[in-house]
Amino acid sequence: MAFFLETLLGGLMAGMLYSLVALGFVLIFKASGVFNFAQGAMVLFAALAMARFAEWIPKWTGIESPVVATIGAFVIAAAVMFVVAWLIEYLVLRHLVNQEGTTLLMATLGITYFMEGLGQTVFGSDIYKIDIGMPKEPVFLLESVFEGGVLINKEDLIAAVIAAVLVALLSLFFQKTSTGRALRAVADDHQAAQSIGIPLNRIWVIVWCVAGIVALVAGMIWGSKLGVQFSLTTVALRALPVVILGGLTSVPGAIIGGLIIGVGEKLSEVFLGPYVGGGIEIWFAYVLALAFLLVRPQGLFGEKIIDRV
Amino acid sequence: MSKQIGDVILDVNNISLRFGGVKALTDISFNVKEHEIRAIIGPNGAGKSSMLNCINGVYTPQDGNITFRGKTFSHMNPREVAEMGVARTFQNLALFKGMSVIDNIMTGRNLRIKSNLFIQALRVGPAAREEAQHREFVEHIIDFLEIQAHRKTPVGQLPYGLQKRVDLGRALAMEPQVLLLDEPMAGMNVEEKQDMCRFVLDINDEFGTTVVLIEHDMGVVMDISDRVVVLDYGKKIGDGTPEEVRNNEDVISAYLGTSH
Repeated sequence: MAFFLETLLGGLMAGMLYSLVALGFVLIFKASGVFNFAQGAMVLFAALAMARFAEWIPKWTGIESPVVATIGAFVIAAAVMFVVAWLIEYLVLRHLVNQEGTTLLMATLGITYFMEGLGQTVFGSDIYKIDIGMPKEPVFLLESVFEGGVLINKEDLIAAVIAAVLVALLSLFFQKTSTGRALRAVADDHQAAQSIGIPLNRIWVIVWCVAGIVALVAGMIWGSKLGVQFSLTTVALRALPVVILGGLTSVPGAIIGGLIIGVGEKLSEVFLGPYVGGGIEIWFAYVLALAFLLVRPQGLFGEKIIDRV
Repeated sequence: MSKQIGDVILDVNNISLRFGGVKALTDISFNVKEHEIRAIIGPNGAGKSSMLNCINGVYTPQDGNITFRGKTFSHMNPREVAEMGVARTFQNLALFKGMSVIDNIMTGRNLRIKSNLFIQALRVGPAAREEAQHREFVEHIIDFLEIQAHRKTPVGQLPYGLQKRVDLGRALAMEPQVLLLDEPMAGMNVEEKQDMCRFVLDINDEFGTTVVLIEHDMGVVMDISDRVVVLDYGKKIGDGTPEEVRNNEDVISAYLGTSH
């Protein structure tokens, strides 16, 4: 039982991290109807900026305190993501108003390659580490209930809390504010949104900024677990099934989808793995996503696709 | 009971619009007076929608300018136009399909919501009151357009005629001074057309909104408009009261063809 719980909790926390990346996809899709291929590149870019500035700040200023370096690097990386969002709007999206979704998708594909290249040119292409001072040592819970207790990674726990707070804030923003409503309006119809005075350009900058910050948080947490390197972009690929499962248009869907996939991966690996020779963790998410595409293409919480004939 | 028609509110001066070699509009001038219902008619491809899109700022004409309430513009963007109090509806519905009827109409209030984003998110004090006020206004519109029963329905699921009303409602939520209607009755049956006519007349009458209307249905146009502009192949061929236009030789030949 303790082992089952341990696996379950491990899965939940891994899932929270998937959710964080998936959230970036959902945000941009909700607000502009674009499936943003560049989300993975943004995670890498943000993480690289964060890692390198944390290294550079003590060197430039002579302040050795790791807290200053971490906070400074986070603020600067966030500013960098703002600039990136503004540039994407100014150089790419502004010229593609009222275009097909496919055109915008291809544009984000272009942005992906550009950002991967630029990020590694500016910040270097080695493996860097982000140390945000998260405790690495595991803790044991429920020691009185089970013998030996349940082992949890403290780092994962903190990451999950950060993700949860972020999600709560974003849900409020989308559901309760007029800007949130404007974002949803822009996603549905550019022309109509403009006609009622919604500033398309500003909305796009806002949403890419928010997605940039989410990418930064995701990059920071993943980066501190795995190190910052090119393979971080593949984290985005892992988040793809999450988005399909939860629904492209649903913030809670991204979270629950992430949790289901995190838990599913771990549990199936541990309990089914031995029968099929292991390795389930790698493909589990994709098979689940495939099944969902067949049965419920809009995902668990996505808006039902309405098509009047 | 004649209604009070005011001064010129919108003046279109010598507008020409080309797409490459295609002349969509050539040297079009006309004006719209406060409180009137002004129709733009013409056969298919005459440039009616292009004209509306110029006024709305979607297209920028190569020549000419538009004077709105004393200010002259040679190019505008749709947002500026919206801020000045011009709202529009669309020929091919352009609603926010995934959102409910209420949310769609609420987006029309967007320019008028003043409270800060963070206060809004928390729904406290002034922001809550403001939201409530806007919501009340939107409820009035919903009552006015008789779509109470569909408040919470995602608009994508509504029948066409009702979607047209939501489109109108969203424009009305902006409390516009000038309302541009792009074929509000297209694709409707007789009953739906009568309803829509009633709404347009009521809006004009009760709120004093100036209406610029594109319509194909001659009966409707002649019935409800005060003055009519007739376009054909991007040129203005007639302008006047429905009676004048009906007897205009050029208009008759454009609609019925000429005998040579």
